[in-house]
Amino acid sequence: MIETYLPLIFMLVFAFAVAFIFMILSEWIGAKRTTPEKVTTYESGMVPRGTARERFSVKFYLVAMSFIVFDIEVIFMYPWAVSFNETGLAGLIGMIIFVIILLAGLIYEIRKGGLKWD
Amino acid sequence: MNEISWILIEAGVKALIIIGMMLLVAAASVYVERKVSAFIQLRIGPNRVGPFGLLQPFADVFKLFLKEDIIPAAADRWFHRIAPVISLGVAFAVYAVIPFADYIVIDDKIIQFGIAPDVNIGILFILALTSVGVYGITLAGWSSNNKYSLLGGLRSSAQMISYELSMGLALVSVILITGSLSLTDIVRDQAGWRWNIFIQPLGFIIFLVSSFAETNRAPFDLPEAEPELVGGFNTEYSGMKFGMFFLAEYANMATASALIAMLYLGGWQLPFPPEWLGLQPHTLAMALAQFAFLVIKVAVLIFFFIWVRWSIPRFRYDQLMNLGWKVLLPLAIVNILITAVVLYILK
Repeated sequence: MIETYLPLIFMLVFAFAVAFIFMILSEWIGAKRTTPEKVTTYESGMVPRGTARERFSVKFYLVAMSFIVFDIEVIFMYPWAVSFNETGLAGLIGMIIFVIILLAGLIYEIRKGGLKWD
Repeated sequence: MNEISWILIEAGVKALIIIGMMLLVAAASVYVERKVSAFIQLRIGPNRVGPFGLLQPFADVFKLFLKEDIIPAAADRWFHRIAPVISLGVAFAVYAVIPFADYIVIDDKIIQFGIAPDVNIGILFILALTSVGVYGITLAGWSSNNKYSLLGGLRSSAQMISYELSMGLALVSVILITGSLSLTDIVRDQAGWRWNIFIQPLGFIIFLVSSFAETNRAPFDLPEAEPELVGGFNTEYSGMKFGMFFLAEYANMATASALIAMLYLGGWQLPFPPEWLGLQPHTLAMALAQFAFLVIKVAVLIFFFIWVRWSIPRFRYDQLMNLGWKVLLPLAIVNILITAVVLYILK
C-alpha cells in the first residue's frame, strides 16, 4: 500500500517544491530597479481607469455550474467502466438509463439557452 | 523505516531525472516551434546563439531569470506569486503516473520506468491534477487586477473546464476496453498492434481536439488572443514567472502528447515483435527500445501540435463553446454507449 502511493505523494511535493524554487529564484536573481511607473497596471499605455475587480459576464458562472453537474456525472462512469465485466447487463442497462437522463439534461440546457454565447 | 527511506531515495532520483528531462523537452519544443513556424512562414528562425540557434532556448531562460520580476502595486501579492507555482507544479507532478517503459528485472529486483506507473488511479490522478491546473490560470488572471488578465483567465478557465468533460468522457471508452485506470495496464493491453486508435477512432479524435483546448494551444488559444487581450492571463507577469507559465504550457503539451500516445497509439509498445531485434522481455535493452519508440511517438505528436498551431486560424469564442458543449460532449456520450453495447455483445 505505502510502497505504491508514497512515490506519488513524494512526486507531488517535489514538483511543487521545484516550482516554488523557480519562483523564489526569479524574485531573487532578477534586477531590482522599481519605479512607480513600472508597478502600475498595464492598460495599453493609458493611465489605468478603475480596477479589474468588477462584475463580469454571468455566462462564465453558468458554464462553471454546468461543468460541476456534468463532471460529477462523468466521475460516476469511472467505477462502472472499471467494473464493466462484473456488473454485466444490469450495469449496462442502468448506465444507459443514466446516460439518457444526462443527455436529456444537456439538450434541455441547450434549448433553454444556458450555453448560448453571442 | 529503512525500506521507506529507500523508496524515497529511488523516487527522488527518478523525480530529478524526469524533471530534468521535462525541462529539456520544453526547451527543445520551444526551439522546434520557433524553427518550424519560421520555415512555415518562409523565414529562417533563430540562428545566432550556438550552431543553428540550438542554444536559443537556454539563452532565453537565462535572460528571463535576469529580468526584473515586477509585482504590480494593485495586484494581490500572494495569489500573484502562487499562481505560476501551481501551473508549473501541476505540469511536473502529472509525470508521477506515466510509464516510460515496461519494468525491468535486474538480479531479481524489479525496477519501474516511472515514479508510480503501476498505481491503480493513474488516469484519475491526471484528471484531478489538470483540474487543479485551472486554478493557476484563474488566479493569475484574477490576482493581477488587470482587465486583460481577468478576461484571459476567465476565458481560459471556462474553456479548460468545458473540454475537460469531453476528455474525461473519451477516456471512459478506453477504460471500458481495458477495465483498468492504470496507464501501464492500458499500454500493456495494446500489445501487437491492438492499438486503441483502431478500436476507438471517434474517441481518439475527441481526445485529440480536447487536448488542444486543454493545453490552450491554437486553434483554441483564445486566452492569449494577442490582438484583443495583449498576453491574456500572463499580461502582468515578468521575469521567470512569465517563463514558468511558458514552461508549463510546453510541459503540458508534452504531457498531452504522451497521454495520446499511451491511450491510443500503444505507448511504449514496439510496432514489431521484439524477437526481430533479439530482445528479451524485462531486460534493459528492451526497456530502452520501448522508451525510444515512446519518444518517437511523442515527438511526432508534438510536431503535429506545432504544425496545427501555425496552419489553422483561431476559433471565435462562441464557436469554441459550441464545439465543446454541443458537438464533442454528446458525441463522447454516444461513443461510450456504442462501446459498452458492442463490448457486451462481443462477450
